[in-house]
Amino acid sequence: MKYAYYPGCSLESGSAAYDKSVKAVIEQLGFGLDELDDWNCCGATEYFSQNELVATSVIARNLALVDDRHDQLVAPCAACFLNLKKTDKLLAEQPKIRGKVDQALAAGGLRYRPGRVQVRHLLDVLYTDIGEQAIKAKVVQPLTGLRVAPYYGCQIVRPLNGFDNPEYPMKLDEMFTWLGAEVVDYPVKAHCCGGHMTQISEENAFELIRRLLQSAADYRADLILCMCPMCQLNMDMYQGRVNNFFNTKFKLPIVYFTQMLGVALGIDMKKLGFGKELVAAEPVIRGKLEGQTAAATK
Amino acid sequence: MAEKIGVYVCHCGSNIAGKVDVEEIAQWAGENLDDVAVSRDYKFMCSSLGQQMIEDDIKKEKLTRVVVGACSPHLHEKTFRRACSNAGMNPYLMDLTNIREHCSWVHKDRSLATEKARALISAAVQRVKHQEPLEPMYVDVNPATLVIGGGIAGLQATLELADAGYHVYLVERLPSIGGHMAQFDKTFPTLDCSACILTPKMSEAGQHENVTLLTYAELEEVSGSVGSFKVKIRQKSRCVDYDACTGCGICVEKCPRKVLDTEFEAGMGNRKAIYMPFPQAVPRVPVIDQDSCIWFERQKCRACEKLCPTDAIKFDQEDELIDIEVGNIIIATGWKPFDSKKIPQYGYGRLANVYTSMEFERLCNAAGPTNGKIVMRDGKTVPKSIAIVHCVGSRDDRHNPYCSGICCMAALKFGHLVLEKTDAEVYSFYIDMRTNQKNYEEFYQRLLGEGMRFVRGKVSEVTDAARMPTEQGKLIVQCEDTLIGRQQRYPVDMVILMGALEPQEDARELGLKCGISCSMEGWYTERHPKLDPVATMTDGVFVAGTCQGPKDIPASVAQGAAAAARVAGMITKGKVMIEPIVASINEQACSGCKICNNMCPYNAIEFIEETETSRVITALCKGCGTCVAACPAGVITGAHFNNKQIFAEIEGALWDALQPAAESSSQAETVPASAS
Ligand SMILES: Cc1cc2nc3c(=O)[nH]c(=O)nc-3n(C[C@H](O)[C@H](O)[C@H](O)COP(=O)(O)OP(=O)(O)OC[C@H]3O[C@@H](n4cnc5c(N)ncnc54)[C@H](O)[C@@H]3O)c2cc1C
Ligand code: SF4
Ligand code: SF4
Ligand code: SF4
Ligand code: SF4
Repeated sequence: MKYAYYPGCSLESGSAAYDKSVKAVIEQLGFGLDELDDWNCCGATEYFSQNELVATSVIARNLALVDDRHDQLVAPCAACFLNLKKTDKLLAEQPKIRGKVDQALAAGGLRYRPGRVQVRHLLDVLYTDIGEQAIKAKVVQPLTGLRVAPYYGCQIVRPLNGFDNPEYPMKLDEMFTWLGAEVVDYPVKAHCCGGHMTQISEENAFELIRRLLQSAADYRADLILCMCPMCQLNMDMYQGRVNNFFNTKFKLPIVYFTQMLGVALGIDMKKLGFGKELVAAEPVIRGKLEGQTAAATK
Repeated sequence: MAEKIGVYVCHCGSNIAGKVDVEEIAQWAGENLDDVAVSRDYKFMCSSLGQQMIEDDIKKEKLTRVVVGACSPHLHEKTFRRACSNAGMNPYLMDLTNIREHCSWVHKDRSLATEKARALISAAVQRVKHQEPLEPMYVDVNPATLVIGGGIAGLQATLELADAGYHVYLVERLPSIGGHMAQFDKTFPTLDCSACILTPKMSEAGQHENVTLLTYAELEEVSGSVGSFKVKIRQKSRCVDYDACTGCGICVEKCPRKVLDTEFEAGMGNRKAIYMPFPQAVPRVPVIDQDSCIWFERQKCRACEKLCPTDAIKFDQEDELIDIEVGNIIIATGWKPFDSKKIPQYGYGRLANVYTSMEFERLCNAAGPTNGKIVMRDGKTVPKSIAIVHCVGSRDDRHNPYCSGICCMAALKFGHLVLEKTDAEVYSFYIDMRTNQKNYEEFYQRLLGEGMRFVRGKVSEVTDAARMPTEQGKLIVQCEDTLIGRQQRYPVDMVILMGALEPQEDARELGLKCGISCSMEGWYTERHPKLDPVATMTDGVFVAGTCQGPKDIPASVAQGAAAAARVAGMITKGKVMIEPIVASINEQACSGCKICNNMCPYNAIEFIEETETSRVITALCKGCGTCVAACPAGVITGAHFNNKQIFAEIEGALWDALQPAAESSSQAETVPASAS
């Protein structure tokens, strides 16, 4: 198996912390991810409902760019992952669309046979392909004492993803038990964060975000782990506004799961993109982990 | 002398004629196949008129062989064999070739299906010429019967036979008979007390002079066949001397080790390391659970042994293998509950006050861990509202596609019990309400009147994530009420999951031992779904109750009685016919290599030391043909399936390929024309 890497637009801008931490973690685990040359935007959540044919073609271009040496395409962003996966399936099952997309690709000198590339989410690759043994072997800073709330969002766990229970996913939960963290099994881990609802109806979006923060706080989580730039943005950037709106006092850091995985692997926090989040994560993490070390040395 | 063959091609209404040009094939066979004296088609060959036609032809035309092209031999081989013998022909000179299940039902293209039917008929005609007259054998039916599973279905079968004067070995793998019914408080729709109607049957079976009760025992192996099965039963060690024990119960009372009872109490209560599952257990002989007993753990205690007034405790007792011989077997091994943890969004195992239906049965039960008080897991709070979720693991293609049939009714029963015992509100979340047996719909109407609330919709999740102050500390059931078309949230104190009935874990394995098969899901396959629901494809093996598919108590009892009636019929008749389709060894040519001896899956081959040759024990042989293929000297013949017959059949099937070249190409061209 050889992995091509599709970072997606967000990782180049708003969620540079995700990009940075993915790269650091991958390097630490001694694992190759080759970034696609000249990839383009996946159309995010909206494009499919605007113009299905164009959206499919634009996404198919990324699949077609995967060269013969790679058979896996890894996406860290939930929306990119879903779009790529959905497109591959659509092309396989709907010959009509496929015919047109083939034409569009041919105009750019490209070809794609559905199923040639396996689209994978980064979590799946880390969980399944690298696996418990290899990851545990590299843990130098167990996350003992840290209460993490894994948040999957609603896009990674659609039934077509094929690697976790779509109704109640557990793979990220499991991975963080490998790292020694106290994993919070809270009920809303796969509920929607509202996506772009903040741009359409703030009140509704705030309510969706509040539910997530509330449940994690009820279960006494120290922080929430994300796997999608959109989810991270909603819960982190809007946390202050949610607090104002509902008169609540949430102060939950929202970090990418790769950042915390990086901490466990002993990577310097600076290299993991910490500090970019609005609700600061570093003090919480350091407080918990150092408290733990202090207790241990006593 | 050339044979005179009659060919009969059946329309089966439109079942065959819809896809196969039956008339054309019959005509073609009459005109083109050697030795065919008569060839006819008919609407329903199996009707009495159809059979009469064959009989008349045999007599009038002096037919020596008959080929019928119709349905599966499973259905009508016996019918047509009988017709032939009525007309004085040896029935084994008839061949029934299947152009329905193997042809018309599975093909779409009419002309291709017709060609396949033509090849099948041609094959049968060639084969039948080489068939030989055979004489069936008759064996005595051993009047003793083995019943596996002591639930209500198995008990019913046992008592019917025992009362009719026949001996029954009842094998139950748990320490007591009774099955799931013993765990219930009340039974729908009449609300009789479950124990009151079950325990009389249990003690009757326990004391019946014609019943040998083997509890805490399992089937090890079966050999032989209908009429004379040889069965090995493993009697697991109870660590208690069955005969010496008086059932006083002192040992249980004094045993210091308490463990969670995940069997009878469904995890709601405790039992001791030495235990009888419930007060009315039959037999009243306890069992030591070696995994929890202190003596087996660290060689301490032996309190039970010290206190037993009859010295019945035997720590070193070992499993015992018991050999029995029976004529028939009834399998009544029941069901097991769906594991509700497989639907994590319903929170079972994570949210304390989510219960399975079996847990709730124990909670309601006056003899249960709370003496029938409906309280939450804290053991004291009475719930103010209860949600009952239907179809958990049933009617769900991620788990089981089928409807479990009983859980709507069990949900109504729970509703009634809750309304009777508490002031709680009860909500039922159903997809469809399935209440289609006698007095079931009336029970539903009764519950509507009693104030149980019904929400039509599949629950999407049960959560403790409150959104509103009224939801704080509650379990919230999220569900689309499809009658008003709205997502709704119902905060409740307790949730009951109506889990599916599933086949036993070892159903397939047990079926294999007895030679019967299971459906995709693991329910035993009956001989015919409508007309023969308790027999199986293996003669002498019957099924009864929920091991054949989900059903309620009345239906399980009916099947238990039906299976017993079938067995009683066999016993009364006294003899069963055994197919003469068996292997035989040409002992003159046998080199005595013994290769076949160990190959036979039925142990039907013995070695004769004096002559140093092998011999088939005809009564045990099932005609599987394994030894025929294995014999390096080629001296074993399978009657009715010998090489000549099989090669002739293959040649017949390839009739068009075997034509001379020129002819075969013109033949191929004329096919569409003749088919039209
Ligand atoms: C919550 C709930 C409530 C219900 N309430 C009612 C009700 O009120 N009224 C009603 O009509 N129906 C009710 N039912 C349905 C009822 O449980 C079944 O109809 C009934 O149990 C079927 O009886 P059975 O003998 O087929 O199987 P079981 O009761 O399952 O008995 C099978 C027996 O075989 C034994 N066994 C299994 N495998 C082996 C083996 N390999 N070797 C030896 N022994 C073996 C088992 O230990 C068991 O004793 C309810 C079901 C549920 C889930
Ligand atoms: S020896 Fe075992 S069964 Fe007997 S009293 Fe002690 S713990 Fe109980
Ligand atoms: S004390 Fe002895 S006689 Fe009494 S129930 Fe126990 S084993 Fe049987
Ligand atoms: S009986 Fe009712 S609850 Fe049970 S599976 Fe069928 S429809 Fe669902
Ligand atoms: S055909 Fe041969 S192998 Fe098969 S049952 Fe008979 S003796 Fe045994």
